[in-house]
Amino acid sequence: MPTALIITTAGTNCDRELARAFALAGATPEFVHVNALRRDLSIMDRAALIGLPGGFSYGDAIAAGRVQAQLLRAVYPAFRAAIERGVPIIAPCNGFQVAVQLGLLPGPDAGMPWPDEPLEPVAALAQNAQASFVDRWARIEVPADTRCVWTRGLRFTHDTNLLPVAHGEGRFVVASAERLRQLRDGGQVAVTYHADDNPNGSMDSIAGICDASGLVFGLMPHPERYTRWTQHPWWTRLEPSSREHEPPGLRMFRQAVAHAAGVEVAT
Amino acid sequence: MPDTAVHRIEVRPQHGHVDPVGAAACRSACAVGAAQPRRVDSAHVYLIEGALDDTLVERIASELLADPVLEVAARGASTGRGDAVIEVHPLPGVMDPDAEAIETAINAMTDTPVRVVTGKRYDFHGIDTDEAAHLAGRCLANPVVHAIYTEPFVPDAFPHGHPTDTEVRSVSLLNLDASALKTLSRDGHLFLSVDEMLAIQDEYRELGREPREIELETLAQTWSEHCVHKTLKARVRYRADAPASDPLSAEVLRGRPGITVNDDGSVTIDNLLRSTVAAATHALMHDDIDWCLSVFKDNAGIIAFDDDHAVCFKVETHNHPSALEPYGGAATGIGGCIRDIIGTGLAAKPIAATDVFCVAHPDQFAFGDADDSQHVVPTGCLHPRRILRDIVAGVRDYGNRMGIPTINGAVWFHNDYVGNPLVYCGCVGVMPRDAVEGEANPGDHIIALGGRTGRDGIHGATFSSAELTDSHADEFSHAVQIGNPVTEKKTLDVILAARDHEQGCLYSAITDCGAGGFSSAVGEMGEQLGAEVHLERAPLKYDGLTPTEIWISEAQERMVLAVPKDRVDALAAICDAHDVEWCDLGTFGTDDSELILRYNGVEFGRLPMELMHNGLPDRLREAAWTPTARSYDAHRSPGSLEQGLRGLLAHPNIASKHWIIRQYDHEVQGGAVINPLVGAHADGPSDAAVILPVEGSSRGLGMANGIATGFCEDAYTMTLLAIDECVRNLVCTGIDPARVAILDNFCWPGCDDEQRMGELVRASVACYDGAMAYRTPFISGKDSLNNQFTTEDGTTIRIPPTMLISGFGIVDDVERCITMDLKHAGNRVLLVSGNERTRRGSHYEMCFGRDEATMPATVDLERGPAVARVLHALTDEGMVRSAHDVSDGGVLVAVAEMAMAGRLGVHLERPADTEPLDFWFGEGASNYVIECEPGHYSALLSALREFDVTTLGTVTADGRLTEPNDSFDCDIDELRRIWLKPLDWGAGSD
Repeated sequence: MPTALIITTAGTNCDRELARAFALAGATPEFVHVNALRRDLSIMDRAALIGLPGGFSYGDAIAAGRVQAQLLRAVYPAFRAAIERGVPIIAPCNGFQVAVQLGLLPGPDAGMPWPDEPLEPVAALAQNAQASFVDRWARIEVPADTRCVWTRGLRFTHDTNLLPVAHGEGRFVVASAERLRQLRDGGQVAVTYHADDNPNGSMDSIAGICDASGLVFGLMPHPERYTRWTQHPWWTRLEPSSREHEPPGLRMFRQAVAHAAGVEVAT
Repeated sequence: MPDTAVHRIEVRPQHGHVDPVGAAACRSACAVGAAQPRRVDSAHVYLIEGALDDTLVERIASELLADPVLEVAARGASTGRGDAVIEVHPLPGVMDPDAEAIETAINAMTDTPVRVVTGKRYDFHGIDTDEAAHLAGRCLANPVVHAIYTEPFVPDAFPHGHPTDTEVRSVSLLNLDASALKTLSRDGHLFLSVDEMLAIQDEYRELGREPREIELETLAQTWSEHCVHKTLKARVRYRADAPASDPLSAEVLRGRPGITVNDDGSVTIDNLLRSTVAAATHALMHDDIDWCLSVFKDNAGIIAFDDDHAVCFKVETHNHPSALEPYGGAATGIGGCIRDIIGTGLAAKPIAATDVFCVAHPDQFAFGDADDSQHVVPTGCLHPRRILRDIVAGVRDYGNRMGIPTINGAVWFHNDYVGNPLVYCGCVGVMPRDAVEGEANPGDHIIALGGRTGRDGIHGATFSSAELTDSHADEFSHAVQIGNPVTEKKTLDVILAARDHEQGCLYSAITDCGAGGFSSAVGEMGEQLGAEVHLERAPLKYDGLTPTEIWISEAQERMVLAVPKDRVDALAAICDAHDVEWCDLGTFGTDDSELILRYNGVEFGRLPMELMHNGLPDRLREAAWTPTARSYDAHRSPGSLEQGLRGLLAHPNIASKHWIIRQYDHEVQGGAVINPLVGAHADGPSDAAVILPVEGSSRGLGMANGIATGFCEDAYTMTLLAIDECVRNLVCTGIDPARVAILDNFCWPGCDDEQRMGELVRASVACYDGAMAYRTPFISGKDSLNNQFTTEDGTTIRIPPTMLISGFGIVDDVERCITMDLKHAGNRVLLVSGNERTRRGSHYEMCFGRDEATMPATVDLERGPAVARVLHALTDEGMVRSAHDVSDGGVLVAVAEMAMAGRLGVHLERPADTEPLDFWFGEGASNYVIECEPGHYSALLSALREFDVTTLGTVTADGRLTEPNDSFDCDIDELRRIWLKPLDWGAGSD
């Protein structure tokens, strides 16, 4: 089974459910602390998949994910190598905040190589429009043209097209209208909220994006918290037929684990 | 290398970007009701002390501190942008949780050691500096922990510690008389009684020397009400003027273990707690309950979950710190309770948190300029609105950062909580069954992990024994702390790795540093063995702490482990991998089981463990009870049932708590099954929450609470109501009442007179009777018995006696769980009643009646448990589609909540022989509203024939709640808006 490497740090707290989601989808989760990774970048060579889990890394001091992104700059070459190997990377919630500030998302323009140094951030997860933490489920959609290996082609039924959100800084902002258009036109929008169910005021209701290769996937919702149907917020009123489908979160992980089957890893 | 200097960096939103922090501050300031700012601009302020050159400072500002997309950084102090500048910075010595993380990041960037302090700047538009400073004190800062500046704060250097005072001090008390001992106890913040001071004096006369300061402090901590529960463990003589049928009559109590009936008809109870609350548990365990694994001895009570796992539960209060600094008080309250779970057995993993708050009505208070309809906030108190907002924020920030879902709670409003709010924090953990017990061995090293020791939190344990007064914020600010959840999370990561180590658990015992700090932790673990402690080895936040301060500091986020010598290195390696500080304080085990305290080799204190743990003098407490019959006047009609229902749905006890619940992450860890909000749009108030504690298993754990206050005429009934409500709530989600364990939390206004003590006795006996009847063993409990506030003019505001019962229980397969929202048009709605209901003492009377509500209701200890059992069996068979307990507001409120949650209507029919207001708004124990499919209707009626069952009506798709005979017809969407609004406080101010 492919190895899914989950990078933890002080204040990581969604690592277990992320591991569970990988395991349910057929990967073997393994944890590595950022300190160990900073000392030995080759640990990353074992990964067929990578997870940057949610939580409050370093208490979200300064801004959500800022300190962890700073510490991971030293690991950037290993991320670049992994992406070049074809490793799918998922970064929910705090992971998304880290990935954006580390320049992993949205990444280089289509057809351009990853540079030697991390790219300057061009997107941000700003404080929610309502200025407070919110835990709720939001209706989601996958754009038909997305390149994202985690979400492309996924369609959900009307009563299961939901994912949970739980964050205070999740308002997706890009530096310019031009950038926003690039993301849209380039198929880099991986998942959106329904326009009338945008929980934080994100631009264009964008919930998650991917890089131009489609491998690196960051999103504010938590697909790892919707891998069994009794996690659905009103599962006690679902029709039996709705309970037969695999939940959307698990389907994303299955798709990426299948994609990782061909990835070469160091042993 | 450049000189060490303090560099100041301001970070604010870029032009054209919104400023949610400034906007929230403006809203909070306007809500205070004084001067109204037009706008507030916010900025983060970072003060960095270190030997940094300009290039490095620029890099730190642009690469680390400012977001290139959203923000802009500027060095130094920018000029004012509006009409007034306010800056808020932590007072020296107060925890600044972000600072440590920023120091870590700067170290990684520059290899230069730095110290960081963070602050906030607000530029006010439209008001002057005096007005802005006044508003800042009201809503943006708390002088207990913050310094407020009216211009940018630009210090030349940070304050540094001073050299340690290492003189060994003695306290002269051998020759003091009783009154001088009393003065010494109060002035030294020991809060020991004269009897206790005399016992200490006797002991030292025998030793032939004066006690040293550190010894006296150790005894004060160990003997504090907070640590030893001396009131609830006291011997009590109880007498009452009550009929023979009274549940506490001599005839009923005669023959119970620990209880003696005296010739004069009074009864003497040895150790109140052991003879009531714990006696029930032991009787049930003796009977046939075999799943209680550890009760009343560890930091939390433990029950079996399955063959391999156990679950534990603890609920604490943190009332006094939360009165002075609600944010820090509530956060460290939940932080401390989480540490209790980590320190249970050989460590449990925290998997859920609960919170229950009691506060004054926010809309009924104002500061000095109150109009006639409002009360004045007493001097020395914070506004109840701010208290509630800040305690919610404190629980949110600690629980969410720790990654522990907060899934159950309650809020109760009564104006006598104005000076002394109640903040209950609970935590549940899961552990392997072989980790249920731990014990330190002689020779084990005393290893402390986690946060550093500072001067914060000195005298928290003894402070909780004091009564709050208007000057407490000045006198006890050192007992108030700000938490650092990330330190606690790192420490938890280390402990779980050490517990599950491939070579087996790396330690033989563990406990938390709570009240009393090292003195309590080491004292408890070394009770049988003795311990030798080297206080200079504790890492300190800053220089200058005396050995006594190190020993009793209650600085947060510290755990103490007993580690065999050959395992210290393995533990140290795990600590290093997670950046967690540790120290080796000494060893357990001395020749005479003594506690020996040294600093740099010099002996500072030496105490026999025997004196600490068994020296507390026995006390006989007198208790009396006289039934009070308060007058009850007939109601004032609100005009119509519809008006009554609307008024009740807007009452803050009943109104939706969604504003609070949505600020908590209730799904982290991925175990959620039944959330606190349920129904077609996840906004119905669930009776209980259910989670999956063990990955891959379908067995669930439900959590709920019942809270009852002194509205009842009798603390006995009040306590039974709380137990019944807790069980009802669990049964309504499908939890098996035969697998429920409960916890008690007494919050009393004081036990300094016989009547109050009598109420405490009645509540304790009710715990016994209730636990035996419901077969729900108590496994842990806690009391807080000094909850009153004395105002400037000497008036004492006492809280109503308040009993919180928290419960958790098991459901074998979570797919059998149900929720309270109505499911389908055409289904039948039934009222199942195990007890009569009365409007007296109900919320209806609180809203519309004339008298202070008093609840005379009884709890039927036969039918109450029986109806719970039968309903559970029917739920388990799939015959109940939804269930909701009838509590605050009565039957009509319960039905309305079910209808709103399911977005369905109900066509109701009230039985002909009932009075409308009594029937719809009466409250009482053991009442449930359930929904069933038409095909199960007759089978249900037959199964419930022993109980009083009323068919209330039929679920409809039209979204209307109607009762034609009562001319009642409401739109559920309109009702829902009324119910959602009162406590929807919108954006936070932080």
